Amino acid sequence: MDFGPHLLLAILEGAVGAAVLALTALGLSLVFGVMRVVNVAHGEFFMVGAVVAWFVADTVAGHPALGFTAALIIAPVVAGLIAVLVDKLVLKQVEYDPEATIVGTIGVLYILQQTALMTYGPEPRPVEAPFSTRIPLPWFEWGENGFAMFYPWGLSITSYKLFVICAAAAVLVAFWLIMSRTRYGLIMRATQLDRETALAFGIPVSRVYSIVFGIGAGLAALAAVLIVPIQQAYYLMGAEPLLLSFIVVIIGGLGSVRGTVVAALLIGMSDGIISVFLSPTLSKIIATLLVALVLVFRPQGLFGTKAA
Amino acid sequence: MTKTSMTTRRTLLKSAAAGGLLAASPLIGRFASAQSSAPIKIGFQQHSTGIGAAYGRWYGRTTEAAVKLINDGGGINGRPVEIVAEDDGTDPKRGAEVVEKFANQHNCDVAFGTLFSHVVYGSAPAAGEQKLPYFVVSEGHHVASGALNRYTLQPGITDVKSQVQAMAPYVAENLGKKVTMIFPDFAFGHDHRDFFTAAIEAQGGEVLEHIAIPPTETSFTKYFPKIPRDTEVIYHVMVGPAVLTFVKELGEFFGPSAPAIFGFIDSLEAVDMASPGLEFLEGTYFWEGNPRYAQADQTSHDKMFRAAVGVDDNGASLSDSKDVSTYAHMFGCWETLHVIKAGMEAAGYQGPEDRAKLIEAVEAMTDMAESDEHPQGPKLFNGRTHQVFGVQYISRVENGKLVKVHTTSIEDTLYEDEVDYTTMSF
Repeated sequence: MDFGPHLLLAILEGAVGAAVLALTALGLSLVFGVMRVVNVAHGEFFMVGAVVAWFVADTVAGHPALGFTAALIIAPVVAGLIAVLVDKLVLKQVEYDPEATIVGTIGVLYILQQTALMTYGPEPRPVEAPFSTRIPLPWFEWGENGFAMFYPWGLSITSYKLFVICAAAAVLVAFWLIMSRTRYGLIMRATQLDRETALAFGIPVSRVYSIVFGIGAGLAALAAVLIVPIQQAYYLMGAEPLLLSFIVVIIGGLGSVRGTVVAALLIGMSDGIISVFLSPTLSKIIATLLVALVLVFRPQGLFGTKAA
Repeated sequence: MTKTSMTTRRTLLKSAAAGGLLAASPLIGRFASAQSSAPIKIGFQQHSTGIGAAYGRWYGRTTEAAVKLINDGGGINGRPVEIVAEDDGTDPKRGAEVVEKFANQHNCDVAFGTLFSHVVYGSAPAAGEQKLPYFVVSEGHHVASGALNRYTLQPGITDVKSQVQAMAPYVAENLGKKVTMIFPDFAFGHDHRDFFTAAIEAQGGEVLEHIAIPPTETSFTKYFPKIPRDTEVIYHVMVGPAVLTFVKELGEFFGPSAPAIFGFIDSLEAVDMASPGLEFLEGTYFWEGNPRYAQADQTSHDKMFRAAVGVDDNGASLSDSKDVSTYAHMFGCWETLHVIKAGMEAAGYQGPEDRAKLIEAVEAMTDMAESDEHPQGPKLFNGRTHQVFGVQYISRVENGKLVKVHTTSIEDTLYEDEVDYTTMSF
């Protein structure tokens, strides 16, 4: 394939990855920003979202769009409720102590993973996409006859992949609006800024924590529902989004929505493009190198603010 | 005062009842002729979890069915067979631990059942150290290549080198001579790369491009632009949890203008051919170790094997039509267990002290006729390389089903010996 169409294809594929990654990382970033805890089980909430999506899509009869829409609502709610439960049973008990939380969420990680293995089984299962039309993309070239448009071999995307990009963008905008324009956003920001003062002003910090933890897990689950018609639900699928989310959140700055989105685009796109033109291993090397550089030269992340 | 022991009516009745119970017990009666009626323990290294889980489940069901048949027929040397299954997580390090556990903790007579090549590589040295006969069902070339040891044998399934080599003439004659290969970037994929490239060149063809994909990859479209435009045949083989995504994205990439496509069924083992997104496979070709769909010329042996394992005519579980089997590979467990039985009988196997005799007995085997014990087809065992050879099948997707279009001969699959294990000491 020529360089131009090849690059376009790599960018489109990178954008799908980046969109899903942005949602997943946003959940992790939110939890860290507000609660100051590191949730190692975040990838498993992603997996729970995908597995629940499969169960819902398998149960709902009729057109695949029905099952998919139901999954879009049910899966994030289920993951969110599990997260609230985890917050009550584990995080509150260890009083959000940073080290204890890490160990506690590692435990949660294994519990969720093994429960999925025992109930859902070890094989990957597909969820049918609500719609998936192949859209061939044109390419423009100055040829012998001047400007010409043609359809290069293999240059295409599916309508569903476009939908994933748009849906993720819509959720990100909605999330930003909620955080910056609504009362709930204000409460969350206040808790993030200064827990003690927020408490003094009558904000139920404990409840805010539960809700934030639930929303964080819900975002991961939502990302998983979007990706599961492209990939498959699989009980070990949580490892990669967890690793990439950490990379994104460290580069973007923990707790910064803007930083998370920019870093997700950076990592998602570079993964798409570098692995196509050079090698997949190199793209992973560059991503981790970037993390190291950020940690050394700008520990608060590209868009993060220095902790007081 | 002395106590005299007297046979009372009561004790007499008691011992008579005990004797009656013993005689009535089906196990004792059936296995009565053995010198020891303790079961023969076969350690089953099973991929219950990890990337090989779908294979592990069906290897388990096949093993269970084969052992039931063997025990119903009187066991081995008059002794019942007992399977000790251990999960290795499809992980080489854990695999070696499992083999050691079989030898030391469970006191197994032999170990068997490993599929994934990296697990075989990791476990075989442990089997050699423990002097535990290790019967793998892996289709990797590692046994015949001489990389392992005298305790490791593969008598129930053919290896990649012979499979790949036997495909090349058909591909070159019927599909095209300019091939692009897509394969996973580890030992199994490299076997495909090396052996098929050589085999197609021997047929006057060439491989235009090798596309190696990291085993952990989850999205594939970005690799496909590397396929050269003048490709006549795509040769694909993938394993692991993302196989369905791979095949779907391959279809999306090409749309209506695809070259001929030839794949190894590994790309779709345990995947329903009716899965959404696979429609484009219509008219494409697959290697099959054993045809998943019951064919028009189905043998009585295949019919019997299907029924025993619980697989319907579409290759899915009798109890759940969505639970598709790994039909192209799992016959290997069935056939291997029957080889172990034949080997133990020929060696007069009594216990672990006869392990070397068992290996020598298996090494002495040659022809294995197509039968209920070998339902996949006739086989030829090479005792020097510890590897079996057999016929291969090529199927075409017609109306969403795999229809057999070509059966290779055993001769097509043979190659020169690369090792002679029989010269190694025990």
